[in-house]
Amino acid sequence: MADLFFYAFATFTVVCAAAVVGLKNTVSAALALLLCLVGVAGIFILLDAFLLAALMVFVYAGAVVALFLFIIMLLDAQGGERKPFKKSAYVSGGLSAALLMLMVVSAYKHGGQTTGELAGTVTPVGATLKNYGEQLFTTYLLPVQIVGFLLLIAMLGVIVLSKKFEGLEDIK
Amino acid sequence: MTVDINHYLVLSAVLFAIGFFGVLLRKNTLVIYMCLELMLVAATVALVAFSRYNNTMDGNVFVFFILTVAAAEVAVGLAIIVALFRRRQTIQVEELNSLKN
Repeated sequence: MADLFFYAFATFTVVCAAAVVGLKNTVSAALALLLCLVGVAGIFILLDAFLLAALMVFVYAGAVVALFLFIIMLLDAQGGERKPFKKSAYVSGGLSAALLMLMVVSAYKHGGQTTGELAGTVTPVGATLKNYGEQLFTTYLLPVQIVGFLLLIAMLGVIVLSKKFEGLEDIK
Repeated sequence: MTVDINHYLVLSAVLFAIGFFGVLLRKNTLVIYMCLELMLVAATVALVAFSRYNNTMDGNVFVFFILTVAAAEVAVGLAIIVALFRRRQTIQVEELNSLKN
């Protein structure tokens, strides 16, 4: 049963990811990204990471895609009349993506022992909120502080970037 | 055939390759940015799978941080795109070539 769910979610995710690349309309691409992230959240549930699945839907599907859609509408960048790709771009892009995938796949096919044999025998460590809290406020306390600082810097950076500087217009 | 970690890693590799293909192929800066997010998500799938099959929490916590950084990154990147659009009136990468010569 879990296998069936895995294949369903994986197919759904990959199809939606392909739609992000393939769709001409930028709004459609953003909505395909939303569906793709929902599929990834399903994969996370299959991997017993329930909190991450919920966060994926809240943060990515909720905030990030909404932000993307907002910017697309703001800039009116739906891009209906896109110039056709060069054939060479298709070929080289596809070739390099295929090579990259081959590299990743062969890295663990021939990379010594994998943990694949353990499948089914491993019981999941409790990925509960309590465990997250313990980890985040003991082992990972410094990264949490740094990430908080990073968010503050990002906020300040966005404010500076979106502000209009009157005196600097002649720098162009 | 039961699903094991290799299946998840193949899925992660496929997602990453699709995102990479999109970054190389597409001309719209916003779509390129979405494909970058796709690559980030592919990496998180691999991390969660490793974490699950090695019976640790570390990968999950790492994905937690990746989510935070990605949110900050999207905000800054979109602000840069908006600033770029205000200055140049375009976000197509082939028209943003003032560094070419």
